[in-house]
Parts: sequence; structure tokens; C-alpha cells
Amino acid sequence: MSDDIKGKDKGLITRRKFLAGLTAGVAATGLAAGDAGAYAFEEFFRQHYKRLDADDLRDILAKLEEELSFKYGKKVRAKATPPMDNTVFGYALDLSRCIGCRRCIYACVKENNLSRDPQIHWIKVLEFQKGNNKWQGLEHSNRYYEPEQVPQKGRFYVPVQCQQCKKPPCVKVCPVQATWQEPDGIVVVDYNWCIGCRFCMAACPYGARNFNWGKPNIPNEEFNPEIHYLGNRPQYKGVVGKCTFCIQRSREGRYTACVEACPVGARKFGNLMDPNSEIRYILENMKVFRLKEEIDTNPKFFYFFSMGTGIKS
Amino acid sequence: MTIKRLRCKLFIMSLIMTALLFLPCNPQSIYAAGAEAAHGEQAAEGAHGAGHAEYPGEVPFDRPVEEIQQFIAPMNELNIFPCSDCHDESWETNYQRRELAEPHDEVPGAFLNHDTENRWCLDCHSAKKRDQFQLINGKLVGFNEYYRVCEQCHKRVYREWKMGVHGKRTGSWNGEKQWMHCTQCHNPHNPPFQAIKPEPAPRTPLNIRAASSGQETQSSEGTQH
Repeated sequence: MSDDIKGKDKGLITRRKFLAGLTAGVAATGLAAGDAGAYAFEEFFRQHYKRLDADDLRDILAKLEEELSFKYGKKVRAKATPPMDNTVFGYALDLSRCIGCRRCIYACVKENNLSRDPQIHWIKVLEFQKGNNKWQGLEHSNRYYEPEQVPQKGRFYVPVQCQQCKKPPCVKVCPVQATWQEPDGIVVVDYNWCIGCRFCMAACPYGARNFNWGKPNIPNEEFNPEIHYLGNRPQYKGVVGKCTFCIQRSREGRYTACVEACPVGARKFGNLMDPNSEIRYILENMKVFRLKEEIDTNPKFFYFFSMGTGIKS
Repeated sequence: MTIKRLRCKLFIMSLIMTALLFLPCNPQSIYAAGAEAAHGEQAAEGAHGAGHAEYPGEVPFDRPVEEIQQFIAPMNELNIFPCSDCHDESWETNYQRRELAEPHDEVPGAFLNHDTENRWCLDCHSAKKRDQFQLINGKLVGFNEYYRVCEQCHKRVYREWKMGVHGKRTGSWNGEKQWMHCTQCHNPHNPPFQAIKPEPAPRTPLNIRAASSGQETQSSEGTQH
């Protein structure tokens, strides 16, 4: 009996402590408002992206523009462009052309306002050795190759980024539904709803998700002011980010940044629903495969070979 | 018990109220004016600033010969054009395969890299009409139609290029695209891609700490916010 009372007392104390902590937290939010703005307060209690109505979204985007314009000294245009009708994005990468020059990585970093100092790369270019018993799986790769010149003899390169699976395991495991698949096939993250549990990172078979261990650090002069709410707006410390097929570009009909950066034209992007698109031509006429097809994630990111090698190495 | 709880609640409420009082005192009003000005500029500038409006829509193969120079400019191949400035039609043509003299002396070294055993200048360049190419069937085509020369052997690549599979395209996936032409990427006298220097490797997990405490902090200080 006394034990019970003790337990009750304990419970009361902890609850009190909790409440005190809460009040201190609220007070801290209020005080911090001096430099972070009322935006931070609103941001903390913001609804999930899917439950925002048009008015809320407009207000949020306007505030976001204001905040970021002030922070980065540029006029920022924030959008939340909805998906197009009858559009499912697909991506194809010509492995016989890729020379592993990493131009795509840095174009992506710049376009998507990724953190420079805690370094975040949404694209990873893996280097493999050609030959028997050397190419056994994605684990037998080297991300950190640094030769004088690429391509190197006896090597080949496989860039990996989000495969935009049709059955995304990352979406399945998210405990708060902060990540989901849009009607055009792009898997997006609501950075305000993400709790940073990193279940999705563990679930992703392609290592395509990246955690912001620190506050993202973006040089003012390199900040890309064309931002999308679900895409390249600066992320927060403690949330997960991923490739969105440059949602801010693709939903306006433009090619992604990595497609435009590739010096050998190995990257192809288009609408899978359009029978005349180049991506459909590739799927119908080329030798195509997908990474880890056996685990039934059904990626919309295809790898293909258009020729032997052709590149002098 | 209940009084205690009520007190507690009141205390929280008062704290929240004071916190809310603080909220309007933030520098938002300072930069609101700046943001307004920014919106005005935005309307004037238009949606996309930098576009590549060079080759909208179809490939402009009907461009005048003078303009071809800018297509091939990156490789400095056509810095002496038109050829007929020097090569007069009355000259007697030497069909003999040989080392070329200045100013074409730099071509052979590179030229040797395009089916060298079987080909020679005059397999593509017309011997009589120096400003034109000659196809296998003897037909003459202008320098702006070089793709027809390439197509003779590289039929499959040509077809794939037309479909958008071979070669680079920029612009819009559902609208206007900019095409890269054969000779914008490939030197016709030395077509294989040359090896290039890769961009820096990502930091290994081992080096993250060292990098952020070293020179990297300097760059991050500049962008502190």
C-alpha cells in the first residue's frame, strides 16, 4: 500500500517536473521569438502538409519567403506546385556512358540547398571494379574514389539516388506519416512533421535518405531562391531529406538539375505516361534493369546500357 | 490537491500570456519592407531568369554557315573558316595520303583517332567544294549538316540521338528542349570522350570532425545566421 502511495507521489512529482519543463519551454519559445520571429512559434504548431488548406498554405509560403529572404539576403520565391495530371515521373541512367565525374552531385547540392558543412549529398556515385568476383553487390563499392582523371581503366560507376519506388518501404515505416508518395510518383518529406526517428533511413534499401545531423549550412551567395515547400527549402536540424526529382523544377516542366549537369548526357528524365517521351523509348528499346529488383520495391529509376563502353579508358 | 493544480494551471497560463506578449516584438517589421520591395522586383523580372533560348524546339539545321562556328567553338576546330579563303578551286588536288603541313599540322595527330586506317580528310571533306562535305554517294552537304556525315556510319547512334536517348538535352521535359549536336560534345577528328578531373569526393565519416574543426569553420562563419 505504501509502495502504491510512493508510486503515486513519484508520478505526481514527475508530472510536476514535466509541467515546469513545459512552461520553461514555452517561455523560452516566447523569448527566442525576439530573434527567430513569430514564424518559429507558428512553425512549431503547424499542421501536416496534407491537412493544410489553401489559405494556410498561402500564408505559410508568404512567411517562409519573408523569413528566408531576410536570412539569405535574396528575394525567395516559395511554391507548393501541385502535381500535374496524367504524369508519373521516371528516370533512366545510361551506365555505359557515366564516367563518374560527380558533376551531378554538386549540381544537386546547389539546386536543393543542401547543407555544405555537415556535408549532405543526395546522390552517391559508387565506383566498382570490373571483372570476376569483384562486382558482387552494392556493398562492394567505393564512394570515396579520388583519381586524377575519370573514367579509370577497369572501373565502372553507378550513381544512386532516391529510386522513387512505387512501393516505398520508407513510407511504410514512418510512424508519423511525415513522408508519402505524391500522385506523380515522387516520395516527399514534410520537414516540419518529421520527428527524426530515422526509421525510413533504416528501411530504404538504397541508402537514399539523409539525416541532418546539424543545422544546414548554406552560403548566402549560393542559396537557390526558387524553392518548393516539399523539396529544396532549407531543412532543419534533426530531419530527414531525400531526392525529390527536383520537385521545384520537374513540376514546372523542367529537367532536373542532375540531368542538366551531366556532361555525357547519361541521365534521362520524363513522363512515364507519355508514350512519345524519351523515357518510354528507353524502356521499350533498351536493356534496362533496376537496382535490387528482387525485393519488390518497384523503383521508377531505371538503369540502362546503350552500348558497350565507347569511352576511352 | 485541486487548488494546487489550479494554481499550477494559472501559472502556466500566465507564462504563456507573457510569452505571447513578447511575440510581436521581433524584427519582422524591419524586413517586411524589404520583402515587399522584393515582391515588386519579382513581378518585373518574370518567372525564370536564366533560360537557354539558343535552340528552341526543333534542331535548327537550316542555320547559315557562318553561325556554325559558334556550335563548334568549344573545340576550336573551325577557327579558320571558310576553307575556300585559302583552298582555291583551281588548285590541283593531291589525293595522296600524307602528313599535313601547317596550318593543318595539328589535325593529323587528333585525326588518327577516328578510324584512321580506313579514312582520310577527303572521305568527308569535299575535294572540289572546300566549304562542303561529301557523302559516300558523292552528294555534297553544307557544314551545317555535318550530322548527315556522321549518320552514314553511326546510324544507330543517330537514331537514338533523334529520340533523345543519345546525347544531352536541357530545358523542359514536356516542352522546349535544347539539343546538343554531334560536334558540340565530340571532336570530329578525335571523337571519344576524353577523361576529365572528377569533382571532390564526399567526406568520409572519419574526416567529418577534422574537416569541421579545421578550415571549414571559416567558411561556415561567413554564413552564420
